[in-house]
Amino acid sequence: MPRPGFVLEVDRSTPPILFHHGESLRLEKLPAGRTRVLYPGEPLEPLDDPDGAIRQALENPLGGGPPLRALLRPGMRLTVCFDDISLPLPPMRRPDIRQRVIEAVLDLAAEAGVDDVHLIAALALHRRMTEAELRHAVGDRVYDAFAPHGLLYNHDAEDPAGLAFLGTTPQGEEVEINKRAAESDLVVYVNINLVAMDGGHKSTATGLASYRSLRHHHNVTTMQHSRSFMDRHHSELHSSNWRMGKVLRDAGVKIFQIETTLNNDTFGTGGPMAVLQKREWEWTARDRASFLAMKAGLDRLPMKARRRIFQAWRAPYGVTSVQAGEVEAVHDATVESVFRQQLVAIEGQTDILTMGLPYICPYNVGSVMNPILVMCLGLGYFFNMYRGRPLVREGGVVIMSHPTTWEFHPVHHPSYIDFFEQVLADTTDPLEIETRYEKQYAEDEWYRHLYRTSYAYHGVHPFYMWYWGCHGLEHAGKVIVVGGETRSVRRLGFTPASTLADALEMAEDVVGRHATITHLHNPPLVMADVK
Amino acid sequence: MAALPDALTRRLPRLPFPYSAPSVPDGVDVPEAPPRSGPDYDTDWARRYPARLARAALVETVGRGLVAALARPRVSGLDRLDALVDRDPGPVVFAANHHSHVDTPVLLTAIPDTWRHKLFVAGAADYFFRTRLTSAVSALAIGAIPIERTRVSRRSADRSAELIDAGWSMLIFPEGGRSPDGWGQPFHGGAAYLALRCGVPVVPIHLHGTGRILRKGKRWPTPATATVTFGAPLVPDEGDTARRLSTAIQRAVEALADEATTDWWSARRRAHAGATPALTGPSAPAWRRAWALGDGRGRRRRQRRRWPEV
Repeated sequence: MPRPGFVLEVDRSTPPILFHHGESLRLEKLPAGRTRVLYPGEPLEPLDDPDGAIRQALENPLGGGPPLRALLRPGMRLTVCFDDISLPLPPMRRPDIRQRVIEAVLDLAAEAGVDDVHLIAALALHRRMTEAELRHAVGDRVYDAFAPHGLLYNHDAEDPAGLAFLGTTPQGEEVEINKRAAESDLVVYVNINLVAMDGGHKSTATGLASYRSLRHHHNVTTMQHSRSFMDRHHSELHSSNWRMGKVLRDAGVKIFQIETTLNNDTFGTGGPMAVLQKREWEWTARDRASFLAMKAGLDRLPMKARRRIFQAWRAPYGVTSVQAGEVEAVHDATVESVFRQQLVAIEGQTDILTMGLPYICPYNVGSVMNPILVMCLGLGYFFNMYRGRPLVREGGVVIMSHPTTWEFHPVHHPSYIDFFEQVLADTTDPLEIETRYEKQYAEDEWYRHLYRTSYAYHGVHPFYMWYWGCHGLEHAGKVIVVGGETRSVRRLGFTPASTLADALEMAEDVVGRHATITHLHNPPLVMADVK
Repeated sequence: MAALPDALTRRLPRLPFPYSAPSVPDGVDVPEAPPRSGPDYDTDWARRYPARLARAALVETVGRGLVAALARPRVSGLDRLDALVDRDPGPVVFAANHHSHVDTPVLLTAIPDTWRHKLFVAGAADYFFRTRLTSAVSALAIGAIPIERTRVSRRSADRSAELIDAGWSMLIFPEGGRSPDGWGQPFHGGAAYLALRCGVPVVPIHLHGTGRILRKGKRWPTPATATVTFGAPLVPDEGDTARRLSTAIQRAVEALADEATTDWWSARRRAHAGATPALTGPSAPAWRRAWALGDGRGRRRRQRRRWPEV
């Protein structure tokens, strides 16, 4: 029986706590008597028979609709869309759950005699997936059957001929999505819900959308009113997507949603990484030895080698649920399943929130975690891992641990480089950035060309990363980065500190002495239910 | 033609006992010695640890090297076995089509570790166990046990079932022998019978291309690329019969053959439409069957590089 997550009150006998630090690890002694550590739950028991669960879900859809089998007929146009490389994190071991689901869907389609089938990686403004990444997601069998005929491809949000405008919401938000999906008789969306933010109408309304459509919810105002975007009912990001979902439905786009959830088994129960998901006081002599060896090795290796080691990791996630059918009914069940794994109740907010940022976020799979992504991961994702109220009080201090090197992947993140050099050198205020610079980057022909033909994120993507963290930026009184490269931390508008002790001392200037501290022991993923 | 000299035609003197076999006194019945080869060959020794260790070393070094040099196999579909691996893997019956002597080493290196080192191969008693030497080599090198293919034998079935019950997995070629012409042959019921009797899943496997390496009747191998496709395990139901399961195994291998030569989607569509091409090929005269095979069997003539004529 897996143990649920819990809150540890740090005392004198608490051992140093593990902090992820990019492609490295740190052990930090936290002050006794005023510190809490929020631990994730142990991985839930995975489904014994995921393939059986998929079949079951397809035959017994939620929301009262007919089973998938009944929606398939000869002569129809079927489009299967699936989440891109940003999910799950780290990528899961083969077979990826998308492969299992897509094979089950296609098997039914084959049985029904459906000929016209397209598969689309719903990547919105993310970079295109490479052949190897597509093979990993959908499996070799599906890739070899469809890709050579041009029937398996990446969504292109900048292809005027490949987009269809479907209308506007009552709030004036334009809805424009992939034309093939819009004109299909049935869209089957295959989703992985790693966190509560994923899935629902966001899958189609964001994953298959164009910039024209995305800008209505990927903006500063929406993100500042999403508290948090992990909690759909208090997220303006989701409200906007739900409104767009209604436009899609009214326009006749028929969506059969399939959502899956994974457990917390990020680093496995055996092997060298297993120690990273154990509670520190339960480390055996072997765990300690493997941690010391791993840390010593990592600290001596060049960054490139360290990155290669971490990026090669494939998580042994287990599938905890599969649900299919009507979008909203499916998503409600999915979120419940995500919360069952990740949600941990905690009493009250804290003055100082600490977090160790790992080597990966949704936008640097097989790539470099540049300083903008560090900000997005810390103040965007980790800060927003709450329900109710933020874990840190308004005006409190956020301390993040990450090397934050001034380094960018030139192929994946070309517009990030210019954003960092040009925009952040001028201002870090999200609203000003949005007003003065967004349009220029979003409509830049060179970035557009790289997005469409190379493997680059869209020109506007770094702006979205900045907006992603704007709620945290607005909420926190000070942001300190421990162990970060001074000049890049300063460029982000944050304060650099050499050690955690220094950072805590600096924080006193903002929150006073004897401030309370809460550490988010993440990953594996944990979400705070703040009472 | 002149007659041979007497000295040459005269029989050579026989060596005295004990340098030669003793003569049998008249009126004495000598009890027949148990046959030391063929279906009765005792292979128990080949499943003890020293022999298993030797076999593992042989397969992982010589076997793997030979397979890499001759077949360069492309293995797919292993993910279909994940569910078996996750659920405390027990013994299974691997059932594959059969083109060549290369099939066994290819499969011995392709079957996942979970089963590879506790695996026995159903070998034809009349071929692999013809002499004591071939019997010993077959038992040691590939873990073969003798199976009578020319008649229905309770002894072969009992021995296989005992091993499966003891946790050993089985590799069997249900066609009963290598393909004589490149097309498959109808599956015999042995694999299905054993799976039902022991309550274990059958993993269908399709091999493609090994016939080009060393087809029946060929002495020396020609390197070529082979494809091994593992199918989803077939778990026998309570009401299943050996005949029905055997047909299902053959169908599964046929679907894998279709998948290996076209693609997964086309194969699934044909399977659901009941239009999967049969392994056994068309019922037609030999030349038309060979024509329909159309896979470039036999040795390809190497083209000489020529300078263009000016």
